[in-house]
Amino acid sequence: MINGEEKILLSHGNGGRMMHKLIENLFLRHFGNKILDEQTDAAILPVDGAEIAFTTDSFVIDPLFFPGGNIGKLAVCGTVNDLAVSGAVPRYISVSFILEEGFPISELEVIVKSLAEEAQCAQVTIVTGDTKVVNKGKCDKLFINTAGIGMVRKEDKLVGKARNINPGDVILINGTIGDHGMAVMNARESFNFKSPVKSDCASLNHLIREVLDHSPGVKFMRDPTRGGVATVLNELAAKINQGIEIREQAIPVTKGVSAMCEILGFDPLHIANEGKVLIVASEEESLNILEIMKKHPLGAQSAMIGRVVNDHPGKVVLKTETGGKRIIDSLVGDPLPRIC
Amino acid sequence: MQYIDEYRTKTLILSISEELKKRSKKEITLMEVCGGHTMAIHRFGLHALLPSNIHLLSGPGCPVCVSSQHFIDTAIAYSQLPDAIITTYGDLIRVPGSTGSLEKEKANGRDIRIIYSVLDALEIAKNNPERPLFFPGIGFETTAPATAAAIMEAKKEKIANFFVLSAHKVMPPVMEALVKEGVKIDGFIAPGHVSAITGTEIYHDLATIYGLGVVVAGFEPADMMQAILMLVVQLEEETPKVEIQYKRIVHPEGNRIARELLSKVFELKDDNWRGLGIIRNSGLKIREDYSDFDAEKRYPITIPEPNEPKGCICGSILKGLKSPGQCPLFGKTCTPSDPVGACMVSGEGTCATYYKYRS
Repeated sequence: MINGEEKILLSHGNGGRMMHKLIENLFLRHFGNKILDEQTDAAILPVDGAEIAFTTDSFVIDPLFFPGGNIGKLAVCGTVNDLAVSGAVPRYISVSFILEEGFPISELEVIVKSLAEEAQCAQVTIVTGDTKVVNKGKCDKLFINTAGIGMVRKEDKLVGKARNINPGDVILINGTIGDHGMAVMNARESFNFKSPVKSDCASLNHLIREVLDHSPGVKFMRDPTRGGVATVLNELAAKINQGIEIREQAIPVTKGVSAMCEILGFDPLHIANEGKVLIVASEEESLNILEIMKKHPLGAQSAMIGRVVNDHPGKVVLKTETGGKRIIDSLVGDPLPRIC
Repeated sequence: MQYIDEYRTKTLILSISEELKKRSKKEITLMEVCGGHTMAIHRFGLHALLPSNIHLLSGPGCPVCVSSQHFIDTAIAYSQLPDAIITTYGDLIRVPGSTGSLEKEKANGRDIRIIYSVLDALEIAKNNPERPLFFPGIGFETTAPATAAAIMEAKKEKIANFFVLSAHKVMPPVMEALVKEGVKIDGFIAPGHVSAITGTEIYHDLATIYGLGVVVAGFEPADMMQAILMLVVQLEEETPKVEIQYKRIVHPEGNRIARELLSKVFELKDDNWRGLGIIRNSGLKIREDYSDFDAEKRYPITIPEPNEPKGCICGSILKGLKSPGQCPLFGKTCTPSDPVGACMVSGEGTCATYYKYRS
């Protein structure tokens, strides 16, 4: 029994607070070790004097195809991004398929081609894999599991770990938020919104490399996937035990996402992204970093969205457009599961 | 975004705030009945823009919160019937009943599906003719007409496996009950979308008999501020009446077609409101003509009287007598991830709103 629950609920997998309790109270309790306890997107492993980043991810998205991508492209982007935000140069990935009996091979080929194209684009090599087929009904069409390995330069090895963060440090993001989550939801729930919302699914390693190569100011990076920007910032605030203040007006959101969120009652800060990176940087380097990000095709709409502050340690506060303030919490249980 | 941005303009909102501070002298208490209004007040931080002599109370207008525990227990019991499908609006799925929730039943393997429109439920029923499909109908005059339309459609198309468990409720009796019970209210910020269906005649007695101000308000910050200003003017000039601020949606005569649907399919019954008890003629039950689609008639089951959670003060909160901060469980054993009372579950619930926007 974990936190009063006897069975796994969908909320245990949505990237929010229930999932974190499950990780802390079950997985870390049994597996805990120095490397895992860091809880970074990729583990940083010392190997013969060098350091490598190692990550794994599973993809169970429904539907398999959505505006802006499919499960194959997503599998590469997700794995590459977990390595890149840990400061690594992604090199090799594995891809394993769990296929449901009866799944059309033509669709599988489309997905495999997307995997290959995105891997080429991200300059990673798919070097190993596995194939399993299960009886009809025993899995939902197709699941993908990946692992990824990247090389970490000495000067970048702390960027996933949030060390030396101080009040005044600036929080940046490379563009609009909520696009992936809303695009998938629109495709899955057949709302029939005639919405141009497309997933932002993209490999961020080149953009991140540009930033790390041209600025020493990066103190933390994380890709705000499930649970959205709100959840990443809450985890960060708790970890560093400092406050974070973000400005509603500064946060880039497309009209389509913001309209869908209004109609459905969601906060874009809680919606998943698959092509975004949050960066915490020193104030003196923040403008430089913003410029570098804006020059990259995946960062044209980059913005400074907030700061680390002295007040309200451990909490994230939003300054609203109308001049009010409110606390932004992590995502707690959502009724729309499986978006990545 | 059109119809949104113009009602969130900072200068406009601040100018109404200034006007309020000038006009408002008396100590007054206004109740926002609708959960959507409670959300808007907190989301946009409107408390900070009001003079200190204006007090806002949150009312009983969150459909999930006022649904009795008995109703949740019944929905859970239906989900355990052989081959049953439950289709529900998303925010009902996590509401705790006596022994579990629909979410937990789903984890136990019951077929529980979240839908966005009751017509989707009808579609699922059509596609699964061998299985009984239950729709727990919640909400006020806003959602009830859609349920009525679905029931009529089911009759027309002879869909024999679509059953509604109605907990639909109507607004005016509960507003009057609160006043009669002695909750100190000077005026109501009346629900916008309920009024779009009902029109404004239903509030007539509140103004004429009880001398209360009533302003039907929209849900954007400028709407809310203007509605409060209109109430202040009424109360300062001692001319309580029914007015509409939300003119772009609400007409005094309401939506005749929706009301006809409602009265064709439903009739009034005495109904149980969580925390408030039985209120006369405050609920909607399915008429005899449509009883083939009435879950309670077709699948009568007996549920043991539920135990209300100990220490939970949802009832007093729904009556506006207490605020969430006064509850010993609030933010401690009762949080959105592990709610004790219904006010913490729904996004529109007073406790969930206070928790989410606490500062």
